Amino acid sequence: MKLIFEKGMEGRGCTLLPPSDVPLIQLGEKHKRKQELHLPEVSETELSRHYTELMKRTFGVNDGFYPLGSCTMKYNPKINEEIAKMPEFADIHPLQPEHTIQGCLEVMVLAEKYLSEITGMDRFTFQPAAGAHGEYTGLQLIRAYHEAKGNVKRDKILVPDSAHGTNPASAVMAGFTVINVPSTKDGYVDVEELRKAAGDDTAGFMLTNPNTLGLFEENILEITEIIHQAGGLNYYDGANLNAIMGIARPGDMGFDVVHLNLHKTFSTPHGGGGPGSGPVGCKEILADYLPSPCIIENDDGNYHLEFNKEGSIGRVKAFYGNFLVVVRALTYILTLGKEGLKHASESAVLNANYMMHHLKDTYPIPFPDKCMHEFVISLEELKKEKGVTALDIAKAMLDHGIHPPTMYFPLIIPEALMVEPTETETKETLDEVIEIYKKIYKEAVDHPEAMRDYPRNTIIGRPDEVAAARKPVLRYRYDGASN
Amino acid sequence: MGSYIPNTLQEQQEMLHSIGKEQIEDLFTLIPEKVRLNRELNLPSGLSEMEVSNRMRKIGKKNNVFKSIFRGAGAYRHYIPSIVKQITSKEEFVTSYTPYQAEISQGVLQSIYEFQTMICELTGMDVANASVYDGATAAAEAIVMCLERKRRKVVLTETLHPHTIEVINNYCSGLDIEVVVAPSNQGKTDQQQLEELLDDRTACLLIQQPNYYGQLEECDEIGALAKGCGAKYIISCNPISLGILKTPAEYGADIAIGEGQPLGIPLSFGGPYLGFMASKEKLMRKLPGRIVGETKDALGRKAFVLTLQAREQHIRREKASSNICSNQALCAMTAAVYLDAMGSKGLTQAAMLSMSKAHYLADQLCKINGFKMVYEGEYFNEFVTSCPGNVNKVLGELERHGILGGYPLTGKHEGHILWCATEVNTKEEIDTLVAILKEVAV
Amino acid sequence: MKQELLFSESHEWVQFLDETVVRIGLTDYAQSELGDLVFVNLPEEGDEVTAGEPFADVESVKAVSDVYSPVTGIVSKVNEILLDQPELINSDPMEAWLIEVEEVSEKEELLTEDEYNDFISREG
Repeated sequence: MKLIFEKGMEGRGCTLLPPSDVPLIQLGEKHKRKQELHLPEVSETELSRHYTELMKRTFGVNDGFYPLGSCTMKYNPKINEEIAKMPEFADIHPLQPEHTIQGCLEVMVLAEKYLSEITGMDRFTFQPAAGAHGEYTGLQLIRAYHEAKGNVKRDKILVPDSAHGTNPASAVMAGFTVINVPSTKDGYVDVEELRKAAGDDTAGFMLTNPNTLGLFEENILEITEIIHQAGGLNYYDGANLNAIMGIARPGDMGFDVVHLNLHKTFSTPHGGGGPGSGPVGCKEILADYLPSPCIIENDDGNYHLEFNKEGSIGRVKAFYGNFLVVVRALTYILTLGKEGLKHASESAVLNANYMMHHLKDTYPIPFPDKCMHEFVISLEELKKEKGVTALDIAKAMLDHGIHPPTMYFPLIIPEALMVEPTETETKETLDEVIEIYKKIYKEAVDHPEAMRDYPRNTIIGRPDEVAAARKPVLRYRYDGASN
Repeated sequence: MGSYIPNTLQEQQEMLHSIGKEQIEDLFTLIPEKVRLNRELNLPSGLSEMEVSNRMRKIGKKNNVFKSIFRGAGAYRHYIPSIVKQITSKEEFVTSYTPYQAEISQGVLQSIYEFQTMICELTGMDVANASVYDGATAAAEAIVMCLERKRRKVVLTETLHPHTIEVINNYCSGLDIEVVVAPSNQGKTDQQQLEELLDDRTACLLIQQPNYYGQLEECDEIGALAKGCGAKYIISCNPISLGILKTPAEYGADIAIGEGQPLGIPLSFGGPYLGFMASKEKLMRKLPGRIVGETKDALGRKAFVLTLQAREQHIRREKASSNICSNQALCAMTAAVYLDAMGSKGLTQAAMLSMSKAHYLADQLCKINGFKMVYEGEYFNEFVTSCPGNVNKVLGELERHGILGGYPLTGKHEGHILWCATEVNTKEEIDTLVAILKEVAV
Repeated sequence: MKQELLFSESHEWVQFLDETVVRIGLTDYAQSELGDLVFVNLPEEGDEVTAGEPFADVESVKAVSDVYSPVTGIVSKVNEILLDQPELINSDPMEAWLIEVEEVSEKEELLTEDEYNDFISREG
């Protein structure tokens, strides 16, 4: 389809603004734009149809099964959207006087209270805009903690080799050196290796639990104790919290600081890549270092933004974070309540186990006995024997109208597919998908050569990613020049 | 209680049986007894949709929605075309994931590609990324792009938005980077003092145009100073102003960044907003975050993909220069639809109107005893005045009339008000505001 | 002029142009394992490289791999053509040198061509 720049005609457009009711002011020559400004010149009809066409080329949770492991693509409730669009939230200026934003502050206070209870933490900040941003913020808290104690040489963050890529990247951004800790062949943190790696230079340890293989770390108390004994702190990557709400809490496992992904566990939409929200919770020992401002409740029951917090790491984002995402998450928590959140986690784990159980005789599943809310398939054998890769299997799924699982993650499993069905899928969907998965596997074994051509029924086939990266074309040029 | 779980308890029981389990607890045997909660969460019980709706509306009512807003300071109310809200509410766009599966994500990918193109057209730059969290983090990320082994010093200007300075200080705090701030004079960066701070260890210079106080900085001359010492030049810009104002490229910038909120995104109590980043081609591979590129499929059909991914954290891990993963994609789409709807004429008109309204507001305000322009330089749609008497009393009076007045500055600017006007502020509104202030100032 | 060609276990080739000047590239085995390369991050002239330490990295679409220096010295030349045409490493790895290093003061234990072929047949 054409780009918006290739549509329309000079002189077309939408009539949106009135003529000026005050004298027009001209900018002085010195600062006046000379460079021609090219933007689309399209009528509202063309614009509307353009995006409807783009919409039809986009696959959302609303279109079908979306089992992206570690991404928790659950249904995004519509009431959340409606509430977030209310003028009482959407039209509030962030710098309004405090007594005119008590509702916004109440949203954050309630969300803080509820998330603290769900995770076993004492305080939360909503400034971080996404999970990775939360990791960075949480690690800054850890650094501030050690610095306040005069431990400047604690500059190492331990990270399991199964961790999300953001973990090591965030640690480096926060000024740490990363030490990778290997996993055992059963997919757990290698406790002995961890013991060896922990020492008086350890600032902290980052872990997802259940881990990225969908397994709950059975030795979690021993693990967090090793780090505490060494003088370090434990960081909980909340990407997989959807497995344990109301069942177990990071705070009770020995974690000192957590980030959550409201756009995963708490049902806010992914929006094609964002905005998310990555609130960070911590135990009291880290509360002094939380970003500024924080919200406190005055004696008169009013909420107050406190800016001059001694010890605070400062600010990681303008204003107060992705506020409207927090509004959506709070709406969700209020809807589900204490019973509903637990039921959501239980159902997520049930759906994953159901799928895994019915697939394990077909697909090689490295850890087939049990899983939490997600499980991992390895197609290493299939690749060796038939030359069919995880990518081939994923692309075949596209032709069946289902979104493939996360591919090639975690890195420690060769040819991995990571499946997280979530709790919001029906049994019928799971049954259909199980059949499709089996059918694809059979085809891969019987006709491996055919697998390389998938998908055949999508708008485009597999794009040439090598060409895209070698000679990047990253924008349209009105003058026809190539980049 | 509300629930989005479709399967009934009976179906769940059947599912359990089919996998050889008796009850749901049997799935959680992996969790050691010692870390189990074994009690109910101390949260309220769930609610029906109607109850939740009422509850949230009640909370919302505790906020004051101002009819008339003359406050900016980093968050700007502009007219948002209906089509922007409609398009960005389409469920496919709202509920899709990051477009890693290109074959079923051409819609989102093309929209990002179009967004990148328009950010380049606005700023005059060669390449743009798919967005970062906001303007302040865009500034911090831009600084990291400029660091070199022998250039670890970053020069900021005092006239940046204070949040930008705070975020940069935070991002630089763990790294081996020296941050210095060039002072201002008469609301603009002091070039002489700036020059003394620039040296051959300086990685980059960051300036905001128009600056926090609304003043237009001498970005040509300041860019020449940066170039003179071999430092990269970063300009943080207001995208609406680029309808009439010189582009960062024209000022000689290597990187253009900014807060994209004015492009069709509601005030939202500060977020989600939109950080945009664009650069000259030679810095392309240093841009953080996702980038969409054009390519072809095996049949030669045009296709869009996420590209240059080997820069990113999921591949480069601890060697990545940024950890960003989720960005602000739907906000980027909002900005793209806004720019499509406005077109170059519309954007220029919005910029002209904003500037004209601000000047009219300033003229009218300064007719009142005690309101004086604090700075004399050229400005776009924000300006600072003095205030007769107590600032809070004056602003409080406006508030009683449903008007959010200018922003009361603090610190050494105590007693001054930062005003803003955009195309949404009618002459009538401005005249009303002025009439109220005349009463107060007497 | 036939110069001595040696190989490292991390799959770089080293060609001694004279006693203290070498050229370094990636072996054919390395490029075939890495797949289609899309970008090369190279050091700058004047940078120091250390035997056993990475001095560059090569990117494929979904991976990035370090390139290790078999010698210690100063980078005297950089093959900038590769910045635009990383595919040359795939098509002709022995011609597509990455850098030249002078003032070579130290080198790793290096393998002859036969030893290296032996090494990769055992490794594969």
